[in-house]
Amino acid sequence: MDKAQTRLIRAARVVDPANQRDETADILIVDGVIRDIGQNLDAPADCAILDADGLIAAPGLVDMHVHLREPGYEYKETIAGGCRAAAAGGVTAVAAMPNTKPVNDDPSVTGYILDKADQAGLAAVFPIGAITKGLGGKEITEMGLLSEAGCVAFSDDGLPVMDSGVMRRALDYSRTFGSLVIQHAEDNGLVGCGCMNEGPVATRLGLPGIPNASEDILVERDIRLVELTGGRYHVAHISSAQAVAAVADAQQRGLPVTCEAAPHHFSLTDEAVADYQSDAKMAPPLRCLADRDALREGLARGVISVIATDHAPHDDDSKRVPFSQAANGVVGLETLLPVSLELVRDGVMSLSAMLAAVTVNPARLLRINRGTLNIGAPGDVALFDLNEKWTVDRATLRGAGRNTCFHGRDVQGRVKYTVFGGRVVYVDQNED
Amino acid sequence: MNADNNAWSRKHLLGMDGLNREEIGAILDTASAIREVNHRPIKKVPILKGKTVINLFYENSTRTRTSFELAGKRMSADVVNISASSSSVSKGETLLDTMANLQAMNPDVVVLRHPNSGAPHFLARHLDAGIINAGDGQHEHPTQCLLDLLTMQDHLGKMGRDNFEGMTVAICGDVLHSRVARSNAFALRTLGAKVRFSGPPTLMPSRAEEVFDVTVHHRMEEAVEGADVVMMLRLQQERMAAAYLPSVREYFRYWGLTRQRLELTRPHAVVMHPGPINRGVEIATDVADNPNRSVILEQVTNGLAVRMAVLYHLCTGAARSASNIAGE
Ligand SMILES: [Zn+2]
Repeated sequence: MDKAQTRLIRAARVVDPANQRDETADILIVDGVIRDIGQNLDAPADCAILDADGLIAAPGLVDMHVHLREPGYEYKETIAGGCRAAAAGGVTAVAAMPNTKPVNDDPSVTGYILDKADQAGLAAVFPIGAITKGLGGKEITEMGLLSEAGCVAFSDDGLPVMDSGVMRRALDYSRTFGSLVIQHAEDNGLVGCGCMNEGPVATRLGLPGIPNASEDILVERDIRLVELTGGRYHVAHISSAQAVAAVADAQQRGLPVTCEAAPHHFSLTDEAVADYQSDAKMAPPLRCLADRDALREGLARGVISVIATDHAPHDDDSKRVPFSQAANGVVGLETLLPVSLELVRDGVMSLSAMLAAVTVNPARLLRINRGTLNIGAPGDVALFDLNEKWTVDRATLRGAGRNTCFHGRDVQGRVKYTVFGGRVVYVDQNED
Repeated sequence: MNADNNAWSRKHLLGMDGLNREEIGAILDTASAIREVNHRPIKKVPILKGKTVINLFYENSTRTRTSFELAGKRMSADVVNISASSSSVSKGETLLDTMANLQAMNPDVVVLRHPNSGAPHFLARHLDAGIINAGDGQHEHPTQCLLDLLTMQDHLGKMGRDNFEGMTVAICGDVLHSRVARSNAFALRTLGAKVRFSGPPTLMPSRAEEVFDVTVHHRMEEAVEGADVVMMLRLQQERMAAAYLPSVREYFRYWGLTRQRLELTRPHAVVMHPGPINRGVEIATDVADNPNRSVILEQVTNGLAVRMAVLYHLCTGAARSASNIAGE
């Protein structure tokens, strides 16, 4: 791994949605910070030069929904391993969900995560604190102290906050600190023992289904609570057409309601479960074509402003069991960019709008100084070849978890270099 | 019993979904031919001598397990029974661990009963043996379906038919959790029969009409009217506890097979049930015991013949594929 924090990225097509920039230019990073962007910049003495001719230079990607598994589930993934996967995907900033063991509901856990991430030095990690102590759904956490320790948002992700009174208090209390409250929106009663989307595929396979209403009901309830409290509310991994419509309606009414969609939800349907593929098992489940299309439309209209992966690594033993026993979740960091680029090629979004959804938009929601190529911002850059074709292969993934639902998919667009604080933390080994 | 039914070339029997008429016909033909063995003074033939069949049961089902056991033994196979309670599976050992151990015994066929839908498909991906699905979760139960088909086939003459084309079969009760209903719906549609599902809305699978190409009737009278076959499903009492249903007496009132409802069917109609029967819950005693209508005991007898036929096809077919065809 190279140590140079002063670097000139030469002749890239620089696409920076935050500054509406799309032009061929050089990027000068000095001491890990962006110093200048422009044509034919002079390289200072001892400056490392990265020839980026033919590549796109975007702000390092920001993934606001990642499970790093450490502490507690190191057999699934470690913070260092998760950051390695991030770097391989062009991601330089990840927000880490709190469902670790112990849960990130205490500033000491937040500090531990930040220390481990610093040691790894491959990406910036922004911990998300739990909404409720121990993810128990009963008592809200010390949101102030957790924010001070470095938490950038709050979520009980993996579990919904089912109790309306608790959710009301969380939205209310979080206003003191301006924190975002991220909901995993699934009504437990309607999920029941369901393990995939309710519909013809589940009926054919004889698997208990989960109806869209499980998500819609919680999103609509929470929007009522946002009306009541004014808290900043964000729906994690939105998956149903009706939930997108509910968010759109809330935004129309000026409520602070946002949402994110995961690449698997906007590119696959529940047909991917056919023959009981446990790598396609996730919560919320892959839905039907109409939902997939509604997500794409929501992205096109900006109702869904963020693309986030819900990167959820698992050990093989958690997935190599009959479908209904398999763990929920799928890895996504290393396929985030190519799968999202399908939206651009399919005419759903412009390249700039798509990149905004994985850079500046999540950074603004989390209020972190990332996701732009502003002068003075951290020198985090993703360099990728927009046109390179490749096939996703679980065997070549860099993270410990290889539970990808995109195995065998032909994609286009490949990360060639990831620059984090001026340092090159990833180089595509397959080059030439 | 020479290999004259070439229509069957599969290594596994995972479900009725996707089987074609010829494949179903091959099993039924073999079963019809082989059942004569069960009436001989010495009920044993050497067809599967040297073959190993493992019955791996993660759910109790004395009937199905015994039927497979007897089927294997009557054809001289070595049959090993493993049940979840008597092995390490209850101590956290995964299905995959168990299978790795079973692989060491090099079985020709593994008969699997498992509470999770898709478990046999999972095994088929990881094990060399042929897999017979003996019931998986709420998915399929193909040998139960095949014995139902054989029983119906035996009564075709009485119905004035040569085949299943146009026959009306009402499948009634807890369709949602019934693997028997699913397997029968898939197979009966393939064979050209008309299928009606009946039961309370809480026990009906989502989008059943489109998935199974059936009609759904929440009023049972509608479903059985003019039917040639009424297939009753077993109601698990725990559905009451899980609040799918308010009570047994209400269930019987609206979805039980009574004599009055039976009178709505064709005069020759037969009544089937996968057993064991809950008398007064899904079926009235006088209907269950009516010798002119109930074919429930014939189903049990045919179960043995069908399982012999399936074991025969899979053992000989699996051997064929292992020696002649690489990969599949
Ligand atoms: Zn979640």
